[in-house]
Amino acid sequence: MPRALIHVPATAKKGETVEIKTLIAHVMETGYRIGVTGAPIPRDIIEDFVCTYNGEEVFRAKLYPAIAANPYITFFTTATASGTLAFSWTDQHGATQVQTAEIKVE
Amino acid sequence: MARSRRSRREILQIAGALVGSGMALRLSIRPARATPEMMQDAVRAAIGEAAVKKGRVKLDLPPIVENGNSVPCTVSVESPMTATDYVKAIHVFNEKNPQPNVISVKLGPRAGRAAFSTRIRLADSQTITAIAEMADGTCWSDDIDVIVTLAACIEESIH
Repeated sequence: MPRALIHVPATAKKGETVEIKTLIAHVMETGYRIGVTGAPIPRDIIEDFVCTYNGEEVFRAKLYPAIAANPYITFFTTATASGTLAFSWTDQHGATQVQTAEIKVE
Repeated sequence: MARSRRSRREILQIAGALVGSGMALRLSIRPARATPEMMQDAVRAAIGEAAVKKGRVKLDLPPIVENGNSVPCTVSVESPMTATDYVKAIHVFNEKNPQPNVISVKLGPRAGRAAFSTRIRLADSQTITAIAEMADGTCWSDDIDVIVTLAACIEESIH
């Protein structure tokens, strides 16, 4: 499984808008490049990224080959309650990686 | 001795064949680039027939890009993000990469702020467009011209 980095503030005030930063190690091979032997390098990309907050979807992105290698996505969410943010990345072959982070809301 | 010469010749022949086939492939499979028309089709596929007005969206990209392989891209939309007045989706399109779509995000009132950042690839100097779909069905856009000195996506592998 590729390495993913997530940054979620550990604590937040109720109703505060917090920034979330995510990065996952992935080649995001476009399928348009030619390898050294002259053969095209097959496409291999992450297509979907979803963030849920205590089970509720708060952000979803559909990625195309125009997203740079090691997809980096930052976005915002409103801190409503203490709980878990789950992040999942799904590649074109259907393999999904899930990672979670805890947030404490005061 | 004769044996080693023969194998060296064979190796050279194989190498020659590989270079030749590589060139042929490169010419035959290099894809046609997206055109502004393809971009319009992609826009219609994403948002339907809704009219797109300029404004409310801010697309942030450096105007001159040295390396098209990783270009910081930020989109933010003016919206109160309340339960009834919020941004439903934001789409980013390009004119000249092999494919016109860049990213499509879905969000809602829970986002608090309608904005996101990522890093994108640009194959050529071109116009990038961001379109935001609002909860009331209206669409707003912004576009920016970017000059790219080293292109991404279709260059040959160096490893």
